[in-house]
Amino acid sequence: MTSTTIGGDARPAVAPRRRIKRKTVQTVVWFIGLSILTVIVLYPLLWLFLATFKPNAEFGTNPGLFPNQPTVDNYGKVMEGIAGVPMWRFFLNSFILAVSAVVGTVLSSALAAYAFARVQFKGLGIFFAAMIGTLLLPFHVVIIPQYIIFNKLGWVDTFIPLILPKFLATSAFFVFLIVQFIRQMPRDMDEAARIDGAGHLRIFWSIILPLIKPALITCAIFAFIWEWNDFLSPLLYLTSPENYPLPIGLRLYNDASSGGADYGATVTASFVALIPILLFFIVFQRFLVDGVATQGLKG
Amino acid sequence: MSTTATRVIVTEDRSSAHLLRKSRREVDPVRPGQRARVRRETAAGYAFLTPWLIGFLGLTLVPMVYSLYLSFTRYNIFAPPKWIGLDNYIRLFTKDPVFLQSSEITLIYVFVGTPITLAAALGTAMLLNYRDKGSGFFRSAFYAPSLIGASVSIAIVWRAMFATDGPVDSGLQAFGIDLGGWIGNPSMVLPMMILLHVWTFGSTMVIFLAGLKQIPKELYEAAEMDGAGAWRRFRAVTIPMLSPVMFFNLLLGLIGAFQVFASAYIISNGSGGPAGMTNFIKRGFSDGQMGYAAAMAWVLLIVVALLAFILFRTQKSWVHYAGDDK
Repeated sequence: MTSTTIGGDARPAVAPRRRIKRKTVQTVVWFIGLSILTVIVLYPLLWLFLATFKPNAEFGTNPGLFPNQPTVDNYGKVMEGIAGVPMWRFFLNSFILAVSAVVGTVLSSALAAYAFARVQFKGLGIFFAAMIGTLLLPFHVVIIPQYIIFNKLGWVDTFIPLILPKFLATSAFFVFLIVQFIRQMPRDMDEAARIDGAGHLRIFWSIILPLIKPALITCAIFAFIWEWNDFLSPLLYLTSPENYPLPIGLRLYNDASSGGADYGATVTASFVALIPILLFFIVFQRFLVDGVATQGLKG
Repeated sequence: MSTTATRVIVTEDRSSAHLLRKSRREVDPVRPGQRARVRRETAAGYAFLTPWLIGFLGLTLVPMVYSLYLSFTRYNIFAPPKWIGLDNYIRLFTKDPVFLQSSEITLIYVFVGTPITLAAALGTAMLLNYRDKGSGFFRSAFYAPSLIGASVSIAIVWRAMFATDGPVDSGLQAFGIDLGGWIGNPSMVLPMMILLHVWTFGSTMVIFLAGLKQIPKELYEAAEMDGAGAWRRFRAVTIPMLSPVMFFNLLLGLIGAFQVFASAYIISNGSGGPAGMTNFIKRGFSDGQMGYAAAMAWVLLIVVALLAFILFRTQKSWVHYAGDDK
């Protein structure tokens, strides 16, 4: 602690104690302030969770947190689904899409990242700049031609237009994240392996991949969550309700409820759709937060 | 060869590998096998890059060029495109009040929402940086909305929160403020969207927090010794030291905000919409005016590119990279 008492004549023992007391008061204020902020930030989620137990009649009359007459009817209704499609179907579709996105993204991004980070080849500079450029590219300029291409190929209303781009590393965010991670790895190991005659495939598979596991896990988590939340692509490409993932299913609920119909079911479906992400968050929060903190910014 | 074997070799050979690299570089120009090696490296590079290259060419570069072409045509997906020159662009800026209005709303959303979000993120990050113990929980709690803010679920919650006699409306009424429901009121939809944007300040906060932790404590101590107050320390130490992170957040924040879609679509119920994005989708896909929508996309691209250009050009005057001072 830095003492500012100059001369040091009177009360040598009191000043530090008072200082400690002030520090304690500050910490308590800090804690209370942040707690209040937490309640404000998490209020919409808490409201959503408790609203799933409100009967339909209470929407519009009871804006508070707690239901007057708690019921679990909403969950029963939501399981039945909407537009003739049961809720599990939306979940299954979302799950298939998200898992495919994870596999495709991690695989293709790791391959591309290795090339950018560890191989010296003609064109490296141009392609790396192009990759960074796509990081800033608004997707508006590509979705219309992409739609035309996928439509010509007869892939509309299949999962292919949603999954294929993931296997082609189109999200530069992931490639860049892994590139940054590989660059931090010491080159000694690859050099030694190369002297022993190992080729790039060998080095990639046996040396780099095990080392970059944390980055791959971060990518996997984000790829899953982004695909789970994605609304635009399924909205454009999927036309039959039995192919809908959750976000489009939720839209059906929202459209139905703005006609004044079942608000309880809409809110409950929204909550149910969030559960996997909230679970992911609780299990992997360290990974997510550290991933953003260390890899989102290094470079 | 297993990884453990490699590791053993590495620990033994670390120093000599270094020397080897150096000596090889000196020998390189006259080495006969060098050409073959370069060719091999190039082949390997492109092999690894193949998936990305296919995606880049087939799903980014060619579509970009094609949409530029489409923007000069009249095109719905059924008949071949018809060249109409600059008509789409002229129509955008002179004959389409919906486009102008949605552009205005988008610009307000981007240039008001992003700075507020950044300020909220920086403020909270500084609060969390005050103390390590116990801040982990708050950090996670504030981060959570970032993961779900763009989801349809949250857009539906937002609608419910801001409905007539909903939680926000009745809360305000308790203070004697009667704005009515925000949903039905076009002038309140934008503030609602901005609030949703601000609500997702957590990911930006986490990046700021990581930046704050890297500022050496001695700088603050030195400033305090020189008699700098809290504000002065913030201005003279925190802001310059954090400016690279600020630049990164500002750039990605602005560009990201231009592309908000799901929340705008759900909150406005797919009609017109507060953000230009919903207008774009409506034109391109519901109205089948793909050439016209492509022109909109290129206007957006030019705006975003201009913005990025301005930010990169001005960064010299306000972004302070470690090592380029003194």
